[in-house]
Amino acid sequence: MELQSIWFFLWGLLWAVFFLTDGFDFGIGTIYPVIGKTDKDKRVMLNSMGPLWDGNEVWLITAGGVTFAAFPKVYATMFSSLYTPLMLILFALIFRGVALHFRGKIEHPVWKNVWDTLIFLGSFLPALLFGVAFANIFQGIPFDGEGLYHGNTLKLLNPYGLLGGALFVLLFIVHGANWMAIKATGDLKERAVAMSSKAWLALVPVAVIFLVASWFATDLWNNYFTYPILFLVVLLNVAALLSIRFFTAKQAYFKAWFASGLTIVLCTFYGVIGLFPALFPSSLNPEWNLTAFNASSSPLTLKIMLGVVLVFIPIVICYQIWAYHLFKDPITDEDLGLDEAY
Amino acid sequence: MDPVFLSRLQFAAATMFHFLFVPLTLGLSVLIAYMETKYARTGEKVYLRMTKFWGKLFLINFALGVVTGITLEFQFGTNWSRYSEYVGDIFGSLLAIEASVAFFLESTFIGIWIFGWKKLSAKAHATVMWLVAIAGNFSAIWILIANGFMQNPVGYTIRNGRAELTDFFAVITNKHAILEIVHVVPASLLLGAFFIMGISAWYLLKKQHVEIFQKSFRIALMVGLVCALWTGFSGDMHGINVSKTQPAKLAAMEAHWETQERAPIILFALPAAHREENIIEIGSIPGMLSFLGFHDFNAEVTGLKDIPKDERPPVFLTFVGFRTMVGLGTLMIGLMVYGWFRRNKLMESPTFLKIMLWSIPVPWIAMEAGWLVSEIGRQPWIVYGLMKTADAGSPIMASQVAVSLIGFILVYGLLGAVGVFLIAKSVKEGPEAETN
Repeated sequence: MELQSIWFFLWGLLWAVFFLTDGFDFGIGTIYPVIGKTDKDKRVMLNSMGPLWDGNEVWLITAGGVTFAAFPKVYATMFSSLYTPLMLILFALIFRGVALHFRGKIEHPVWKNVWDTLIFLGSFLPALLFGVAFANIFQGIPFDGEGLYHGNTLKLLNPYGLLGGALFVLLFIVHGANWMAIKATGDLKERAVAMSSKAWLALVPVAVIFLVASWFATDLWNNYFTYPILFLVVLLNVAALLSIRFFTAKQAYFKAWFASGLTIVLCTFYGVIGLFPALFPSSLNPEWNLTAFNASSSPLTLKIMLGVVLVFIPIVICYQIWAYHLFKDPITDEDLGLDEAY
Repeated sequence: MDPVFLSRLQFAAATMFHFLFVPLTLGLSVLIAYMETKYARTGEKVYLRMTKFWGKLFLINFALGVVTGITLEFQFGTNWSRYSEYVGDIFGSLLAIEASVAFFLESTFIGIWIFGWKKLSAKAHATVMWLVAIAGNFSAIWILIANGFMQNPVGYTIRNGRAELTDFFAVITNKHAILEIVHVVPASLLLGAFFIMGISAWYLLKKQHVEIFQKSFRIALMVGLVCALWTGFSGDMHGINVSKTQPAKLAAMEAHWETQERAPIILFALPAAHREENIIEIGSIPGMLSFLGFHDFNAEVTGLKDIPKDERPPVFLTFVGFRTMVGLGTLMIGLMVYGWFRRNKLMESPTFLKIMLWSIPVPWIAMEAGWLVSEIGRQPWIVYGLMKTADAGSPIMASQVAVSLIGFILVYGLLGAVGVFLIAKSVKEGPEAETN
């Protein structure tokens, strides 16, 4: 396979892993005001992602960095075209990060309420906006051959874009609720399980509508009809989505969490495969599409970066798995009593 | 308004704010790792209480450093898309390497450090802090290599209308970058040391928690002395390199207008760029600039008048920034040398302790001033000699940048205030009570 094609899939993989890992943090933050009834519930929820969210967020930095390194033209055009939504996401992430650290520093209801609101917004908004942004990318973005954007930010909120946003929010809610089912005990755990089931019931029709809408709004399906073997990805996706319900019903919450994670990865790949070879298609003229072949870095950079990524990303995955393993048990009162706990 | 000008303001505001937290993270992480190692080795509770106290302050600072760093990586794309396209082949790779090699390590292990007190042995926990400290400093190194490319581009060729990588080894061994690394990394340690000494001095003046803060002070003093001298020395080497590679920056740093041999240093001046001269000059030392720039009293130093007008950096800020950095750097060396002689008589040196308390902001001002020299002195180039800042912006509307700039100022202002408030609160609460 060509270097540029390898990089295209690595690019997709990094985004998928970002959604897989930080996705449950976004989900937890989104359902935080709903299932976190008491202050203790809330603390359990925050501490369930406490040791992990920071490392998860670096997948975003890496996805962004790799876009910059391997496809500089995509990095330049994508982020300047989507200036306002990206800024909103970044501000939301700033608030989420600070809120997690600062909420527990002062015991005062107003102080905590402010940070609680920011935790919700800082999780819900990125989930929604990433969904909206990717759905719009699937449709194509109005930019010309010079990388000049001719669109209107509000037009990103078109029906298909919003559908993508809803899909992401629901995926992350299910994924986050599944993690809470692992990390919580008692009432909170029951509420998390109930939330996972309810959100799943909403997720299934939204996913189906999204797949159908993609037929009308995008060219994503073209690659699938050219290479029918790729339908396996869609089938696996459906299987993963259904297995979430299966494992939740069996109270096998770890497996349910793996299943929701797999669903997120496969959903991302559904889009990434459909886009190939474009990373950032233009809705004005397909000739202006930025693709793996016309927007990539030099072969030397691609080779060096491939070496770096192939050596270091597996190492990162190993120590992150160790971190997850270290913090896999339900949150106890002793955990909450730690000075450093959120 | 010009979107490039607004983007410059935004980037300056965002980086300078980010850099309030970065050096403290770099410096404190090493010092805390050292303290925790002492605890893991000796089992003495005083080192544990030290680790926990400084760790609490470290984490507040760390949170602000991380969240303000994320926006920077994306601002190259949002506000500097022409630049990103032009040098992404090299510059983008360095940022991607920073994330995958260093930042992952730092961010994953800081989570383990915060929440892992009960899950890991004392030695393993201290090792985790070392990983955080090393990874943080490695992050800085990659970022400085990226900045080094902007200051002194090497290892590239112009092909396909952009700068493409030809020699990766040349990029990572760029002399400019290495000199930045050996200057900024010890300066960050020095800043961390001043932070610890300043707060320790406050407690020692109140005669509270004397054991913890005397020990903290001495550890920081030892590190501070070495790093102050080292920072001064590497700064001198850096200066000599700048004289060779960036003559316009050197001339602006010294408000030096006429090309001449035996060029003097002017201690204080008020440069007037439009008149191409200094309105006021006080204290001129003949030959000193030639000596500092080239280690030769007779060397010829290019003046600003011999640099085309559209390639001159803004003189006033570069000149003032350089004097601020060098002046405060010298002050810190003096304080550290004096402190070394008082190290066993801290409690009998209240004036020194008071000075150290009020000196907490000094390394911050020096470092920010140093970056002003480095970045403003590079103007009008975004990549020295290769691409001008004016040609590097994104094709975006000024109104978009204006809105985000206001957002940055409000949000960062607010966060900065909350951060300082929480750090002050944690300082006042002091270390945990002694327990057995």
